[in-house]
Amino acid sequence: MSESKTIDFKEFRKRVGDLRGREYWRSLEELSRDPESFDEFFHEEFPQQAVALDKGVDRRDFMKLMGASVAMAGLAACQQPAQSLVPYVRQPENMIPGQPIFFASAMILGGYASGVLVESHTGRPTKIEGNPDHPSSLGATNAFMQASILGLYDPDRSQVVRHMGDVATWSDFIAALQPVLKNPGGIRLLTQTITSPSTGDQIQKLMAALPGLKWHQWEAVNRDNVREGARLAFGSYVHPVYHFDKANVVVSLGSDFMGSGPGHLRYARDFMNRRRVRKGVTSMNRLYAFESMPTSTGTSADHRFPVKPSEMEAIARELSSGNSSRPHIAAIARDLKANAGASIVIAGDEQPPAVHALAHAINQALGNHGTTITITQSPEVTPVNQLESLRELVTDMNAGKVQALIIIGGNPVFDTPADFKFVDAFQKVPFRAHLSHYYDETSELVHWHIPETHFLEAWGDGRAHDGTVSIQQPLIAPLYNGRHVSEVIGAMIGGLDQSPYDVVKSYWFSKGFNDLTWRKALHDGLIANSALPAAGAAAAAAPATGNSQPATGLELEIKPDPTIYDGRFANNGWLQELPKPQTKITWDNALIVSPKTAAEQHIDPGDDLVNERTSRLAEVTYRGRKMRLPVWVVPGQPDGVLTIFFGYGRKRAGKIADGVGFNTYELRDSDALHHATGVQVSGLDETYRIACTQEHQSLNVAETGGDRGIIRSATFAEYQKDPGIAVKREDVGEHDNESMWPSYDYSKQNAWGMVIDTTVCTGCNGCVIACQSENNISIVGKVEVLKEREMHWLRIDRYYRGSVENPEVYNQPVPCMQCENAPCEPVCPVGATSHSSEGLNDMTYNRCVGTRYCSNNCPYKVRRFNFFHYADYDTPALKPMRNPDVTVRTRGVMEKCTYCVQRVNEARIHAEKENRLVRDGEVTTACAQACPTEAIVFGNINDPTSRVHQLKLEPTNYGLLEELNTRPRTTYLATVRNPNPEIKA
Amino acid sequence: MAQKDLTPVHEIRPTTELKIPERFIPVPTLEPGHSFASVTDHISTIVLRKKTPIGWFVGFGFSCILMGILGVTIFRLIFVGVGIWGINHPVGWGFDIINFVWWIGIGHAGTLISAILLLLRQEWRTSINRFAEAMTLFAVAAAGLYPALHTGRPWYDYWLFPYPNTMSLWPQFRSPLMWDVFAVSTYATVSALFWYVGLIPDLATLRDRATNHAAKMIYGMGALGWRGSAKHWHRYEHAYLLLAGLSTPLVLSVHTIVSFDFAVGVIPGWHATFFPPYFVAGAVFAGFAMVLTLAIPARKFFHLEDFITMKHLENMGKVMMATGLIVFYSYVIEAFFAYYSGNVYERYMWLNRATGPYRHMYYALIVCNGLAPNLMWFKRFRTSPAMLLVTAMFANVGMWLERFVIIPTSLHRDFLPSSWGMYHGTIWDWGMYIGSMGLFLFLLFLFLRFLPMISIFEIRTMLPEAQAAHGEEH
Repeated sequence: MSESKTIDFKEFRKRVGDLRGREYWRSLEELSRDPESFDEFFHEEFPQQAVALDKGVDRRDFMKLMGASVAMAGLAACQQPAQSLVPYVRQPENMIPGQPIFFASAMILGGYASGVLVESHTGRPTKIEGNPDHPSSLGATNAFMQASILGLYDPDRSQVVRHMGDVATWSDFIAALQPVLKNPGGIRLLTQTITSPSTGDQIQKLMAALPGLKWHQWEAVNRDNVREGARLAFGSYVHPVYHFDKANVVVSLGSDFMGSGPGHLRYARDFMNRRRVRKGVTSMNRLYAFESMPTSTGTSADHRFPVKPSEMEAIARELSSGNSSRPHIAAIARDLKANAGASIVIAGDEQPPAVHALAHAINQALGNHGTTITITQSPEVTPVNQLESLRELVTDMNAGKVQALIIIGGNPVFDTPADFKFVDAFQKVPFRAHLSHYYDETSELVHWHIPETHFLEAWGDGRAHDGTVSIQQPLIAPLYNGRHVSEVIGAMIGGLDQSPYDVVKSYWFSKGFNDLTWRKALHDGLIANSALPAAGAAAAAAPATGNSQPATGLELEIKPDPTIYDGRFANNGWLQELPKPQTKITWDNALIVSPKTAAEQHIDPGDDLVNERTSRLAEVTYRGRKMRLPVWVVPGQPDGVLTIFFGYGRKRAGKIADGVGFNTYELRDSDALHHATGVQVSGLDETYRIACTQEHQSLNVAETGGDRGIIRSATFAEYQKDPGIAVKREDVGEHDNESMWPSYDYSKQNAWGMVIDTTVCTGCNGCVIACQSENNISIVGKVEVLKEREMHWLRIDRYYRGSVENPEVYNQPVPCMQCENAPCEPVCPVGATSHSSEGLNDMTYNRCVGTRYCSNNCPYKVRRFNFFHYADYDTPALKPMRNPDVTVRTRGVMEKCTYCVQRVNEARIHAEKENRLVRDGEVTTACAQACPTEAIVFGNINDPTSRVHQLKLEPTNYGLLEELNTRPRTTYLATVRNPNPEIKA
Repeated sequence: MAQKDLTPVHEIRPTTELKIPERFIPVPTLEPGHSFASVTDHISTIVLRKKTPIGWFVGFGFSCILMGILGVTIFRLIFVGVGIWGINHPVGWGFDIINFVWWIGIGHAGTLISAILLLLRQEWRTSINRFAEAMTLFAVAAAGLYPALHTGRPWYDYWLFPYPNTMSLWPQFRSPLMWDVFAVSTYATVSALFWYVGLIPDLATLRDRATNHAAKMIYGMGALGWRGSAKHWHRYEHAYLLLAGLSTPLVLSVHTIVSFDFAVGVIPGWHATFFPPYFVAGAVFAGFAMVLTLAIPARKFFHLEDFITMKHLENMGKVMMATGLIVFYSYVIEAFFAYYSGNVYERYMWLNRATGPYRHMYYALIVCNGLAPNLMWFKRFRTSPAMLLVTAMFANVGMWLERFVIIPTSLHRDFLPSSWGMYHGTIWDWGMYIGSMGLFLFLLFLFLRFLPMISIFEIRTMLPEAQAAHGEEH
């Protein structure tokens, strides 16, 4: 590099600074106005140092540079935030490469926080676990939490501040904001639901600093009905917290309390803790579920009643009065009365306020308040009716009253009610700014777009479903120059010097925290005893008003998508490819109908099409709007109800999300956010391919040739008479357990095993994504799923039994069975799959040539083959996300569940160093760790005190296809349900 | 009986007063009127003539086009992955293994005709053995493509061979695929040797009759210095008999072991003890069908009616029917076992074949392999080249369908309904299939043009002169 042409960063900055406004530069060469020197400049590895070296270097500087290079070589991926973090669980003296450290943090969804422990490998967060101390998690995680790690590294996240779509800087935004702030009366702030005390405090300060500024809240998946129902019953926006562990009888009025909503992980655990049928257990709780589209909760119920959305209020009313012409409702009312004070009636978030108020009234009458239900103040900073809040904003915008709209998170252009015509109103606002993770549909229409930090990148706080506060610790410095909510609000207040860390810390220090308690809060992941106290409100009597007449004609049920939520996770490949509970559809949304309705409306695609993963398109007509959707028939769906999920049909979200599915927000009006009537549907003569991973498997003998004993079940009454009744098989002879091969001897080793309790599995999918995250499992895309090549090591099988109108639904997670007599092992010609000394069927990826014989010969079909090069080796952003303990597989190689052998090995090495055996609970698989209901238990079956050993002695224990003499290490506990004998099925 | 057949008919006729009805006249294995010279002339001219018939160029060009398809498919397969095929997660084997078994089955006729019929002194085999052996080799070559290329990482295929290596790793000897490697490679080696040893005297004839210097050289090298001395003939006869003895068990073993790929598996529809005889019978059936498919047009095109007579065709038709009926019996037994075992999976397996989404395949299979061979009960059909060709085509298609019914139809619905799926071949599956036919035809056309398709010296032994000489020796 010649001396005369040497340029440095200072020079560049100056040149960039000289440019004004829309003066573009097409390339960096052009910018430098000196292409040659620029090329040379950037070809140096350390341009700044290159300048120094060029001028001659002395020994001291040379040593400094060399030392720095060596140090930085190993630190390339380390971007730990500068502020002090407090590691959880294990605290090595130094960060040891290969030794993960766990930090407590919290993920906030829909405003509510769930505690997480984040596994960090040398500064890179790689895996999310639940925080066992956190009341909303108890160590469990759902699919959203697990998949958030992919969201963090998503290369499609917005990476730069944009002004009118052009690259700009944060300081440009601050400069542009200043004139706007001079007219506070015209400023509107639009946020999502906020429970964060520090952000709430900041917003209060903002409103004080800028009098006239109005704050609106909107979230597409909102809890307005819960709030309004509480106000109907209690007079204010109070918040019910349920204690399912204390309830003997639960009635769900359209509530998916185990599958979605604040605290659902905790609720699932508490509820299922009363259903663990073990030796000596003499009681079991009972769940009645009234719902439309089958949910995780409804399908786990002892009695599920498919009802139209419009019928719900009448049912609630009859339940409330106890007088019903319908015998089952009367029987439920009697059961509730018999369990007064130990029962719960819970209404779903989508049910109208009247149903909520009725549920509160019933609970009040039963004396459940104070025992099974605690009414607290709302954990939200300012609970509002979000629909009305948004309506006010839109009205103001249309009236030209809004001079500036600052949108903090959310995607209102995409997810606001169709009749609000948000876009038209929005474009009347002269100054629009938007903080978001992606450059999305809203970002496209704003003046200023600011990339938002992921929850693993910034400090924050939030409240759990019971009000417990968690501090959000960042695990990594913002990857893509994101800004936190508090920075944007801070910029408006003028507190630019405050980092998000300062905002959170100073808020809590002002509440009496000191360094010690702060450290403890960070370490624990929550602030002890910060749950909100009971509000002591009493419910009024049941509201007498309300239109309780069931509607006639077809009804539309509109729900958030179970895997991509309101659309915000649309660019998350793991969640896109996650088979949705019940339908097992991936990468799409559909029009869910019952078999009878499908036949009546002539839209049934028929088995032959469904077997080919194909459906028919139908046209839904609602208020003059038409929408084409593929039909999907779901047994158990109430007749006359069409269910659609919203969140799909993103146009501007990223490579994964764009153009996937159908935007059903176009059918969502403000007066019919959840249920609509007056819908017509007509079949189109067009087919549409749907990437479902399972068709409508039924256990009916006629369809499968006989009883295969896959799912075994009994009622609790039957179980009490004969605990083994569910698993008895007549067709297993005494010689069926003989093998040609000699048995393995495990007497001196661990023998790993797993028991899955199908009674308590809700099919929530948490384990599936946990497995995907832990084991670096690739996604394959819709086209490959259509070819039946999805890669999930753990799948959740869903079976129906009984009538198609209201079948019993069974969920069965199926990982590798790790058979003792594994059919896969002897057929591999190169011995790439072999039996380990601890009884696992190990898979040696680099020995595999890919004959696929093992997969063919696996009766459980749990093996997964890399038909193409599915793993993304090329995207740099995704590399740090992967679990460094697990090989990233290449094309042409078979893979399968390993019982998380990397965890097992780590625990064994750890135990060997201490010259002891691995303790029970010291190691568990990713699926078992994530499971909200602890349905999956992993451990050493050689250890007679281990939980898994004990469970295998249960009379309900059975092996899947055990008559094949595969001797599976993974076994199941039969499903035991507790139906009310008074109600005839 | 066989000996009697060989009595030249033209010698009987003039000495007999009675007018023998034509249907009682045995059909000869060699039409009358040939001498040593005419046999040699007729057959070697096909190879040595300067002017290649235009029809050959058309056929060879066509096979080259198919080879091109094969090349493109293999290129894409290796660079992109086996995902270009229709295989998926219940159905891990599709066209690849169907076609492998199909080709290997076809490759059975050659050895059977050459070795077993030689040992059984079925001398009618003489006119067709060379042709059938060549077909066997080419079929095995086409079959060999599939196991080599069906793996996810074909560049590591050599791991299937037991070779000493620094990793001290051996293949897994419990795996039927491992057995396949030995069975198929042994079969290919022995068949090639057998074919080549049988060619040596004829190569020498061609060497001697060739006028082109290059041809002389090449045939000369192939002839390994054959001079036709008594010692040569003595050695030759021994070697040929020994190789026939070696090949005989292979006829049974190869397809037995191929059937183990399935029978050893646990999948309903695979896991059955009758698979070895069922597969061997199927292979012979397929092999004879393919010999007929190729011999009937070749006979016509090269005017070989004198050498491949109606007797050959009729005998092959009989073998086809016999083995076809064994195959059909296996289908019946399979259905009976499914019912009689009381095993839910086995029952469903058969129900799914007969009533599931691939039922059309199953019914087509029954028509092709169960019903069509019964035409051969009738002499009228047995002696009609057109009808024989039709029946053979049924068998060719039927045997492909049989492998489809066994492989994807068993896999696509096995034990757990949750993992059930569907299987469809893609354009690349078809590309590979058609391409492998191209390879087969390519080799066959080269063979027809450059090597004697009928064994010259063996035909000569069937001439009355030879018979007479033979008789004197004893």
